[in-house]
This record gives sequence, structure tokens and C-alpha cells, in this order.
Amino acid sequence: MARRVTALLAIDRLCVRYDSRDVLRSLSLDVARGEIVALMGPSGVGKTTALRAVAALQPFDEGRIVVDGFDLKPGPVPPESQLEPLRRRVGFVFQSHALFEHLTARDNVTLALRHVWGKTRAESDTIATTLLDALEVGERAGARPNQLSGGEAQRVAIARALAPDPALLLMDEPTAALDPARRAALATSLRRLCDQGRSLLVATHDADFASQADRVLTLG
Amino acid sequence: MEASPACRLALCLLTSLAAQDRTPRELVWGGDAEGGAPFVEADPANPAQVRGFDVEVAARIARGLGGRTARFVQVQWSSIDQSVERGDFALGLSGVEDTPARRTRHAVTIPYFEFREVLAVRPADASRIHGLDDLRGRKVATLGSTIAYDLLLAARDSTGIIPISYDDDVHPYADLVQGRMDAVLLDHIIAQRALRRRGGTGFVILPTPVAVGYYVGVLARADSALRDSVDAVLREAMRDGSLEQTFRRWNVWDESQAVLFDRVLREKATGAVGTARTAGASQVIAYVPSLARAAVVTLLVSFLSMTLAVMVGLALASGRLYGSGWLRVLTTVYIEVIRGTPLLLQLFVIYYGLAGVVRLPAFLAAILALGLNYAAYEAEIYRGALEAVPRVQLEAARTLGFSEMQILRLIRGPQALRYALAPMTNDFVALLKDSALVSVITVVELTKETAIYATNVGSWVVPGLLCAAVYLAMSLPLARLARRLERRWRAA
Repeated sequence: MARRVTALLAIDRLCVRYDSRDVLRSLSLDVARGEIVALMGPSGVGKTTALRAVAALQPFDEGRIVVDGFDLKPGPVPPESQLEPLRRRVGFVFQSHALFEHLTARDNVTLALRHVWGKTRAESDTIATTLLDALEVGERAGARPNQLSGGEAQRVAIARALAPDPALLLMDEPTAALDPARRAALATSLRRLCDQGRSLLVATHDADFASQADRVLTLG
Repeated sequence: MEASPACRLALCLLTSLAAQDRTPRELVWGGDAEGGAPFVEADPANPAQVRGFDVEVAARIARGLGGRTARFVQVQWSSIDQSVERGDFALGLSGVEDTPARRTRHAVTIPYFEFREVLAVRPADASRIHGLDDLRGRKVATLGSTIAYDLLLAARDSTGIIPISYDDDVHPYADLVQGRMDAVLLDHIIAQRALRRRGGTGFVILPTPVAVGYYVGVLARADSALRDSVDAVLREAMRDGSLEQTFRRWNVWDESQAVLFDRVLREKATGAVGTARTAGASQVIAYVPSLARAAVVTLLVSFLSMTLAVMVGLALASGRLYGSGWLRVLTTVYIEVIRGTPLLLQLFVIYYGLAGVVRLPAFLAAILALGLNYAAYEAEIYRGALEAVPRVQLEAARTLGFSEMQILRLIRGPQALRYALAPMTNDFVALLKDSALVSVITVVELTKETAIYATNVGSWVVPGLLCAAVYLAMSLPLARLARRLERRWRAA
């Protein structure tokens, strides 16, 4: 019998296969509001795959994913037109940052606010300034991605993901490009975000960083 | 020191070749078999050989020059003068017209055939068109670089007709019948041949000729001695009736030829070669307005074609990347077919092939052919550029809620444009040059105008340099602008 789903994110017996090879086998986890959950495990165990399935970036074969009442079912990824409620609720920070190369840091943050979420330019700029300042990259707002260091790009990517104010933030290896001091600062920043009621699901190899989480789930 | 056997053999060969050169056993002559019968055409029974009255005239001349044999060399009709001057062959024959300009620059034989420049019109117009004066504001077609074309250019200024130049003498009549042209002015032999091909219908030849001209042989300026020998043979052929027999065999003999022969045989051999005319400053200045007009045509054709190519190319690339299965197949087939066939063929198909369905104006057909051709190349550039944008950025955009169209417009497209800029600039410069091909469907652009200019002045040096300068003036600023944009974007 399927488990009752009540948390902000509920993953129930998630299975992903590539060419009949199990990449993720029967993963189940809940993330409560305001909770930080770290996913750990060796490379190839399916941490990133799990995050991508939650963000509806890839299909899954079995199980169920529910994000704040929005239900994802096995099979092909639904068209974007049906994913609007999910996009409102979930932000994603990629390991490679995936900043838009032709835009400044500020425009990376404001683009979706203006063109997807209907904010004015002034409103978007205010939100971007607040987030970039909070993540200590406000002075780099006019720089383009190729002018940013790895740590700065990481924080701009976090600001961009946070701009639409998602309830759940998915982060893939957020500390990969950071030195130890920056890792600690990032952990503090993320904790502050969660104190405001946001949930975090973080895939990481970094045991120190994972130790800052409320819960650690080890795969594999 | 004694020469080695190999050196002796080489010396012997060279001596023997030099001796052969002093007593040539063949007369190499040039003509254009594309012009067809009755001048020169590939023999249907043996396409490796040519036949026609000019072929027989060449053979008669060769025989008269000490029993030589005639060897034919194919050359484009408009290039006969330049080719004979650079030594590709000794004698040019193929309906070569006797003009003062040709006489001043080359060694020209006595005239051996008299032709009449005649107007051909549609039967419905025959009662109201009797000459060039009745064609005010109408399109009159002819072959470029001919006396007929010069006549039309002169009439353009005096009567306001619109001369249209063709590269061949078949399509002017086809376009006359289809209504694209109002009249055709060409040699009576060509007009009669075109009428025979159409079974005597489609157009009529007006009885009163517009002008009279003569066919001659053309030799290099330095070959005036050989020219005098050729003249002697031609006179002999007129006297002994062999030339008349040839013309009768090809059904081009008429009483005017007898009058011409009589007059030529009574005249004393002149043997004179005029002073070579070079493209002086006055001639350059005279051609500047025409070249400027042609450059504007080139620019217009290129810009409009490129605009069409960019729009269609974007649609094709989007179809290949975002379309359903059948759309991807359809766009792929279009791209491969267009890239796999010559642009020249596409021009002919759009202008002449579709004429039965839709009669496109030449300018529009040129833009369509060039634009649709380059669209296939643009599509592949855009597809490559769009695919070069990292996939993870597209995923990031999806997680932020962008629709596919927004991703293309706001994220993928602007970045792809940067990748595509350099190859697009290359393509535009290539298109600028490929636009010269549209002259085959009567659009007189820069290269065509230059060819006309070069024919008139008898040299490609000044016209070629001028033409190259204009092309460079058009393409260099564009390449510079593209480089500047690339630098700015790279710096950004």
C-alpha cells in the first residue's frame, strides 16, 4: 500500500532505469517545510537523478513524487504547460551553475521574474538586489558569468533559483567549486533561508557540509 | 662536356616540336556550340563532333591554308575575342559580328555573311508594332554584348524602350511567347531558327530589318599576316562558289549574300588593323553610372535574398529542432535537396521551369532562388548554433518556468546569434558574389554589367579592377562590422 503523502516533498519508491539498468531503485524520502535534507553517497548512485526527477527534468519509471500537492507520475515528463504549479514551488541550482552566458548576474536573476512571473523591471531589480546582497555578490551584479569566480557564479545561481520564491530548493553539489571558508558561509546562508520556511534537498559529497543539514540520507 | 643521352633526347624532341610549330598542320578555331545550328552545333549523330555553316567555313579556310585540317575548340561566345587574343585558338568563328570596336582591337577578316537585325513580336502585336519606335516603354530582349544590344541601348535613350539582356538566344523567344517580353531583336538566322523550333507559331518576324550586320572571323591583333591569308581563302571561296554551297546546304543563302560577295570581291584588301583602344579615362567615366546602377542591383538582390534566407533558415532550423517527426523529415529533405543541387539549376527552374504555372518577374525570381538556396545553408548554421548553447542552460530555464518559445527568444536565440554571426557574414559575402549568377535570368547586376563593359572596351583589366573594387567596397565593411560585433560580444 502506498504511503500517505503529507510533507512538502514526498518521494515514494522512486525507480529510474537507463537501458534496463537501475540508476535509482525504490528511493523514498520526505522533506518537511523548513527542513534541510542532504543526499549523500558515492558517484553514480542516483543523487542527481533524484533531484532531476523531482524538478521534472527527466522521466522516472516507478513510484510517485508529490511537491506541495503537485503530483508527478511515472512516464514521460509532462509538457511545460502542465508544470507551472511545480515551477512555482521548486527552484534548482545546478552543479555547473548554468548561468545564462549572455546576461549579467542581475539579469540572470530578473529574467524569469519579468518574463515568467509578471513582475515589473523595478520590482525584479529590487528582488535581485536584495538576493544578491544577501548572498554577498551584490557588487558583482553587473558582471557576466565569464567574469565571475566559481563561488560568485554559485551564489548568483542560488539567487536566480530563489528569485521566484520557491518553497523547495534543490541543489546539486553546491560546494563543489568552493573553498572551506566559502562552504561554511554558504551553509550559514542556506540555514538562514530555511529559517524563513523554505525547504532544501541537497545532493553532496561534502560530509562537513552535509553535517549542517537536519537530516542526511545516504544512498547506495 | 658531352650531353647525356637523356639531354640529347629532350633536345631532339624540342627541336622536332619547334619544327612542327613552324609548319602547323591544323587550324585551331574557336566557336560556341551552345549557339547551335546553323552556326555551330554538336552533331546529333556523333556529339563529339560539330557541324554547321561556320564549321564548314572553318574547314574551307583550313584547306585553303595549305591543306590544313580544322580543329574546333569550344569557347563561350562572349569570350571569343579574349580567347583568341590570349592564343587559345587562331581563328574565332561563330556568328562573330563585324563591329568598329572589334576591328580596332583585333585582326578581323573580311565579312563572309550578311545578316539582318529583325524584330520578333507576338502575332497579336504585329499589326501595331513596326519598329523600335513603336516599343516605347516596352521590354525588348536580345543577346548581351551584340550589335542588337547596342542598338537597344541607343534606343533606350531615344525611344524609352527597356532593353533586356540574355546570355543565350533561346530564352528571349520563350519569354516573348509567354508574355514576359514584348519583342526580341536578333539576327534573322536566329529568329528564323527559333520560329522553326516553335512550328511557325507563337511569334512573327517583322519584315523590315532594324539594321544590317556582317559575320566575320576574328584573329589576334598580332596575327594580321594569317588574317590576310584567311581573307584570301574567303575571297577564293566566294569566287569558286564553295561558300555559297555551304550557305545553301544550311538554308541561309539569299540574294543579299550574292551582293555582299560581289562587293567584297570588288574591294581591295585593306589588311589594316586599327589602333588598339584601351579603356581610357573617358570610357571609365562613361561606364560609371551603369556600374553604379548594377552595383545597386547587386546590393538589393543580395540584401533581399539574405533577408529571405535568414527568415526561412530560422523557420527550417526551428522545424528541425522543435518540429514533429514529419516536419523534421520535411525540413531535412528540403535542406539536403537544395544543398545538393546547383544554384544555377534552381534559378532556371524558378524562372523558366515554373513559368507555365506562375510567371515571376526576373528580379523576384532572382531573390527567391538565391534566398531559398541560402536558407538551406543558414538553417544548418542556426541549427548548429542553437545546439551549441549548453543544454544545462535550457534545463535551468525550464526550472525557472520559461516556455520553449521564451527559451528560444530570450536565452537560446541570443546566444546562438553570437555563434552564428561569423558564418552568417561569410555566407552574405558569398551571396554577394553568387548574385552574379542571376544574370542568366536577365537581371543585369555588377558582374554582367562589367562583362558588357569589358566586351565594349576589349579588355578585362580596367573593368575587372573596377568591378573587384566595388565588390570589395560592399563586402569589406560588412566583414569589419561583424568582426567588431564579435569583439564587443567577446569582451562582454
